[in-house]
Amino acid sequence: MIIYLLSFILFCLGIYCILRKRNIIKIIVGIIITEYAVNLFFILSAYRIEGRAPIYSAEAEILNMVDPLPHALVLTSIVIGLATTALLVAIAMRIYEKYGTFDITQIRELKG
Amino acid sequence: MSKEHDKGMSLIVKTITRLTVGLILLYGIYIVLHGHVSPGGGFAGGVIITLSFIHLMLAFGKGVAFKRMSKNMMSLFESFGALFFLGIAVLGFSGGYFFLNVISKGEPFRLFSAGIIPLCNIAICMKVGAGIFAIFVALVLLDLDTDKKE
Amino acid sequence: MTLLPHIIPLFVVIPLGAAFLLSLLGKKVRALPDIFGFMTTFSLFVLSLFAVCFVNLSGTYVYSVGSWKPPVGISMVLDGLSAFMLVTVNIVAFLIAVYSTSYMNQYTSKWKFYTLFFLMLAGMNGVIITGDLFNLFVFLEIASVASYALVAFGTEKHELEAAFKYAVMSTVGSLFILFGIVLLYSCTSTLNMADMSRCLEGTCNSNITLMVSVLFIMGFGLKAALVPFHAWLPDAHPSAPAPISAMLSGVLIKSLGVYALCRIFFNVIGLTSMISEIFLFIGVLSMVIGVFLAIGQWDLKRLLAYHSISQIGYVILGIGLGTPLGIFGGLFHLFNHSIFKSLLFLNSGAVEYAAGTRNLQQMGGLGKRMPVTGGTSLVASMSIAGIPPFNGFWSKLVIIMAAVEAGRYGYAFWAVLASLLTLASFMKVMKYAFMGSLHERWKEIKEVPFFMKVSMITLAFICIVGGILCFSAYKDMFLQQATNILLAGKKYAIIAFQEMK
Repeated sequence: MIIYLLSFILFCLGIYCILRKRNIIKIIVGIIITEYAVNLFFILSAYRIEGRAPIYSAEAEILNMVDPLPHALVLTSIVIGLATTALLVAIAMRIYEKYGTFDITQIRELKG
Repeated sequence: MSKEHDKGMSLIVKTITRLTVGLILLYGIYIVLHGHVSPGGGFAGGVIITLSFIHLMLAFGKGVAFKRMSKNMMSLFESFGALFFLGIAVLGFSGGYFFLNVISKGEPFRLFSAGIIPLCNIAICMKVGAGIFAIFVALVLLDLDTDKKE
Repeated sequence: MTLLPHIIPLFVVIPLGAAFLLSLLGKKVRALPDIFGFMTTFSLFVLSLFAVCFVNLSGTYVYSVGSWKPPVGISMVLDGLSAFMLVTVNIVAFLIAVYSTSYMNQYTSKWKFYTLFFLMLAGMNGVIITGDLFNLFVFLEIASVASYALVAFGTEKHELEAAFKYAVMSTVGSLFILFGIVLLYSCTSTLNMADMSRCLEGTCNSNITLMVSVLFIMGFGLKAALVPFHAWLPDAHPSAPAPISAMLSGVLIKSLGVYALCRIFFNVIGLTSMISEIFLFIGVLSMVIGVFLAIGQWDLKRLLAYHSISQIGYVILGIGLGTPLGIFGGLFHLFNHSIFKSLLFLNSGAVEYAAGTRNLQQMGGLGKRMPVTGGTSLVASMSIAGIPPFNGFWSKLVIIMAAVEAGRYGYAFWAVLASLLTLASFMKVMKYAFMGSLHERWKEIKEVPFFMKVSMITLAFICIVGGILCFSAYKDMFLQQATNILLAGKKYAIIAFQEMK
């Protein structure tokens, strides 16, 4: 139970980082933390007590297997996260090129 | 000393890189080809293959890595990988269903088994490898451009 | 009859294939992007019409990918609601592709635009057609990531700022959705939506359902730009190129936000009275706040973006009522809004193309020099403001009637008020932009090229005749099927499972 709560705390920490920090790069780091918290929670939800890794082989048969589906899904979600992060970093670099700063309080030409 | 020693990191790094880069590449190929019988697969293998190229690029500067794999090649590989994957999926229509495993499955735990899955792994490897290398190159080159301006 | 079900995966395959082929060949062959853009979207449009016929002939169809039977494999479900959304998305996408053949000439590297456009289209079609919750998330992310890149397409100061804001907020929304999916999976041990709905019946802890509902409302609310979560929309939609603004405002927020919200809350979790109240409240809030913020705007596209928030409020209000008439009105308004809002964004794009400005104060009298743009935008404005006989009037009338019928007089009052304010703000647009005396500097202005005119006139035509969709013969074929699916609620699982056998 406690590990689920810990990953939830990590999630909230990431959200705090996104909301509170002013540096663009720190916001991106916050997004990464949040995403990893969700992935971690997904992996944890697959765990069975005393379970083994779900790898079939010709020789040995594994009896107490953990749920293999979340592992595949987390891989997908990591790939999606990679794409999003790469795009965000590229946009951040372009923003630095145009505005000369990473501070979001100075990057606010759009409002109203 | 040849010309390729002018750029990049120190001699130690270059020597070690020369020794290891082939091994990393081979390991990546191994992971891709055994994706259907052991952990790993197209994504992990593709990332490892790309890492060998990034390794080259970090150690020797971008010129040497681009000689091995140019930018056009990269986008070609990426699009081709995606089309290959989609083609495999569409091939399933010949058996009656989208994404149907039409090729014979063979014996489990052998290298040549599992029908379309090894082919899918190769396609994913091409797409992911080229994609990650493209991301890396794009970010690094963008940085270089800004440095020049200032 | 045996071949017809195979069109279902084609909705994803065709745009994906077109996107990758374009990225392979687009650089070399100059004319290829335009031809591809036209052909692909046209074939998708025709296929979506086939899908409607198919649903009318044989009802819901569950397609198992790779012949893995659900709930083990990924399934694609074509039912009334999916067919309805497919038509909405693909008709708008087709007309926008026609429009962009001329419009995108002012940007470099058209093939990149079309590649991203097709990826976004594939994502949207995938979200609509899939019957698997995680697959829905994957397609939703494909569409979102493509749309972040498209918002930043101009790579100027404002575009980048808007794209960053949009990307951060939308990514957080996606993470909420993913968290909700994880909780649902750990509770039901399945990802198939029909199966999940069945498992949620008895065994599941109601606290988890509550938590998941909150997460989904936050996540999909961020995607749909409902009011507490709307801050990214007025920046992101105006910054994109005009065809993409039309696509984002017209269909993206609906297929990613409203459709997914409806599908999950009606068919998977089940609509409780509390969720219904939340929908009504959020709907009215977005409706009123969106329109109040819109009135003060002088940037044409920004004004339209705020109206998108307001009109999405109408859709959510109608659907949240939960009565047959309310759901019918909400879905009808969804269709109408995607038509007239994309038309309005295309008009603003045409004005920007010809005059180079989006500021209403600098315009004036453009209607004389650009009769097609002026005329079509008059049609669209009257349609969005709810003036008979245009399509917006009928759907708003149905929503207000449904609210009165359900005894929600307060909500009906706000809906009428928001409609009046919409009228006022569009009278301002027409007065400043197209009516009045012609400015000196616009003497030389020309009407936009042929393809842009064609697509605007077609959309205006649909605005005029769209009202017939609420009369019996067409209603039964098209909208009633979609309404029935939502009304069936948790019986969706039974329908889907019957179809599998």
